[in-house]
Amino acid sequence: MSFPWAKHYAPSNPLMKWVDERLPVPRLVYNAVGAGYPVPRNLNYFWNFGVLAGAALGIQIITGIVLAMHYGATADGAFNSIEHIMRDVNGGWLLRYAHANGAAMFFIVVYIHIFRGLYYGSYKAPREMVWLLGVVIFLLMMATAFMGYVLPWGQMSFWGAQVITGFFSAIPVVGESIRIWLLGGFAPDQAALNRFFSLHYLLPFVIAAVIILHIWALHIPGSNNPTGVEVKDEQDTVPFHPYYTAKDGVGLGVFLVLFAVLIFLAPNYLGHPDNYIPANSLSTPAHIVPEWYFWPFYAILRAFTSDFILPAKLWGVLAMFGSILLLFFLPWLDSSPIRSANYRPTYRTFFWILVADVLVLGWCGGSPATPLYVILSQICAAYYFAHFLIIVPIISRAERPTPLPNSITEAVLAKHGGTSPAQTALAAE
Amino acid sequence: MVRNLAMLVGAAFVVVLGWALFWTVQGQITDPAAPSIETSEWHKHPKELELESNGVFGKFDNRQLQRGFQVFKEVCAACHSLHLVSFRDLQKIGYSEAQVKAIATQWVIEQPSINPDTGEAATRKNIPSDHFPSPFANEIAARAANNNANPPDLSLMTKARHDGPAYVYSLLTGYQPQSAEMLKEFPDVKTPEGLHANPYFATMNIAMPAPLTSEGQVTYLDGTKPTVDQMAKDVSAFLVWTAEPNLTARHSYGWPVIIFLLIFVFLAWGAYQNVWRNIKH
Amino acid sequence: MAIVDTAVPPGEDPAPFHEEVEDPRRRDFINIAAVAWIGVGGAVVVLPLLNQMNPSADVLAQSTTEIDLSKIQPGQAIKTSFRKQPLFVRNLTPKEIAEADAVPLSELRDPETLEQRTKAGHTNWLITLGVCTHLGCVPLGAGEGENRGPYGGYFCPCHGSAYDTAARIRKGPAPKNLAVPDYTFNSATTVTVG
Repeated sequence: MSFPWAKHYAPSNPLMKWVDERLPVPRLVYNAVGAGYPVPRNLNYFWNFGVLAGAALGIQIITGIVLAMHYGATADGAFNSIEHIMRDVNGGWLLRYAHANGAAMFFIVVYIHIFRGLYYGSYKAPREMVWLLGVVIFLLMMATAFMGYVLPWGQMSFWGAQVITGFFSAIPVVGESIRIWLLGGFAPDQAALNRFFSLHYLLPFVIAAVIILHIWALHIPGSNNPTGVEVKDEQDTVPFHPYYTAKDGVGLGVFLVLFAVLIFLAPNYLGHPDNYIPANSLSTPAHIVPEWYFWPFYAILRAFTSDFILPAKLWGVLAMFGSILLLFFLPWLDSSPIRSANYRPTYRTFFWILVADVLVLGWCGGSPATPLYVILSQICAAYYFAHFLIIVPIISRAERPTPLPNSITEAVLAKHGGTSPAQTALAAE
Repeated sequence: MVRNLAMLVGAAFVVVLGWALFWTVQGQITDPAAPSIETSEWHKHPKELELESNGVFGKFDNRQLQRGFQVFKEVCAACHSLHLVSFRDLQKIGYSEAQVKAIATQWVIEQPSINPDTGEAATRKNIPSDHFPSPFANEIAARAANNNANPPDLSLMTKARHDGPAYVYSLLTGYQPQSAEMLKEFPDVKTPEGLHANPYFATMNIAMPAPLTSEGQVTYLDGTKPTVDQMAKDVSAFLVWTAEPNLTARHSYGWPVIIFLLIFVFLAWGAYQNVWRNIKH
Repeated sequence: MAIVDTAVPPGEDPAPFHEEVEDPRRRDFINIAAVAWIGVGGAVVVLPLLNQMNPSADVLAQSTTEIDLSKIQPGQAIKTSFRKQPLFVRNLTPKEIAEADAVPLSELRDPETLEQRTKAGHTNWLITLGVCTHLGCVPLGAGEGENRGPYGGYFCPCHGSAYDTAARIRKGPAPKNLAVPDYTFNSATTVTVG
């Protein structure tokens, strides 16, 4: 860490001293999340969501490991093994609902975390690597969630697998071979289910490793803040512990309340009833939809209804993957030197349009593909691509930002209307 | 370089979407999609069903569940399996161990087993640890006996349909002749041979004939009047339990947990204010 | 190393922060309360995570087995299953009962009479687990024609433990007699084990 005023680890506890001298993990923790990591003092609650995402991952791993003690990855037995968990395993219903709703909580938290980044310019230099690693985490999360949803082997599990793997056949020449290779067969069956279980168990640990890199990359420049102005001085910061451990505690509490409400009072609200029907390869559900966190991308996929040189299906697949892959280029698409949208009124307007756009896309993705929803999807998908690929590059050059505060402390004091004793002392020098 | 490429890609997607939009709108104007019966007013949403298990404070009414089980046993079990439920689970709705053993041994459909002397397929009486056996050996036998329809397993029915409990209740009480008005608008929906009209069913015609047709089909042991409406309500309530036997436990753990966590938020907020009390932020 | 005063946020004038030095405990109480409260929550959360490993309801339901004795002739035994482990049910002949009763308890490594290992009025029915108490192999002797060992009971081929007609250990490394599970007679010809 490059802040010279950062506190140094000086353990008084003899045990901690003994460990730290031999394996410097205690000081690593101290410097990462303890009193040794200076953080801007003006972070708002949107900065809680990274920690909450980490907590959500921890919850998924723990509940997942215990569920895997009872789950059976066979096409004949998977559905029944989940019902065995729900009915006969001690507290199994709690673990299953925690894991299913935990995935939803993970995505809610991560989406807010991403949009925080978009608003406050957290993806800009020198934090591009943090952003890139974050997009990698997001892709891994989507793969993990998709495979996890297949495991209960309900109707949506099976047909979702059918649809998603079907994307690959849109690739010309090699597509069908890739699809069959992925499935280990011609349709989702035992081979696919087994390998999805294996990978679903594996990927969360890969995600954990990338998260370590993500946090490491963040701790080099240190955290961004709502003004987007970099830390200049000791008075701009507070040590992570106890200031942000305390604040994260509040955020964690709110997270857990929402989580508990879902698990105990509305455990199937975010799910689809069709997944309580065992998979039947001969009977397609009336409306195949993925889980809600994939709906915006599903809408983009289904928006491409006409061939245009390439077949419509291929356009849909390219657009759906493209909508996520374009995020990798964002630090270079947005060339504004101003980070925070608080000082970029033009960008801010389009940001909120994007938020509305993604919400509408989500609503369309969860609805049947009737003409109204298709038309809405087409308009909103067009805006989505225009936003990142055309609008943001243009306005980042052309817009007129409002004046930035000189420092974080100045912004904080301006908010409170007054000067601190330190400021007075400085002025008196 | 990146920006130019990006604009190109962006423009490409926008153009293709514009093209698709044009054709979608054009298609709607020149050849609008025919209205489907499913989204029309003729396909009815489930009626409201008030059950003890409804809502965030819901819990099971064992007496109603036992009545519902009686309806299942005497009306539905002839065709529908309940294979995720074990006989021993019935103790959770108020039957004693002895009653459960009797229900199991007296259950008409026996459990598949093997003749211990010859090794041939045979059946044996059910014991409490058995799951409810299916009335049919397999799907082919089920279809053969039911005009090519496969009576679905009912264990999860109230979770496998939107608005499940109300849906089951409405379906069972919803058999009615098709109106001439509807047939004029949707002539294709006319009930084919072998099916039965029911506006609560997705396709308006269901293979199952009305299972509850007259009062008194079941004689309730607790003396409740067995009207068609009552029997339908009771079996719906029973199927809520088969789908979610832990509902009462879930609610009774849930509220203390939520209150505990709300108190934690309050305490955490206090600690946060305390830690930050002298820092302007 | 400079003394780090954690009460004073960096960059702030220290004076206001040392006013309440006489009463720091009251301030920190809320911090401790919050951490303790969620700590209790954390401990409680561990319980279902551990309890899920306990036998599930379906396993517990199969923890009893009913056995039909009617086909087992005197001198015969059957091998069946109880809680997924082998169970030996043997119909002892009067000669075998006499043999067992004749053994003085002082000669036994694990002293028990045949009476203690059977039910009153049904001393001919010897019901034991078929698991050698040495290291868990399945002893021979229950099946037709199997080696009953030097004491006419059961014989474990793994390390040579020999059991007598009351399934008591007589020779070899096994420390204890074959385990007798809980069982009750429902009638003269059926027992419920477990």
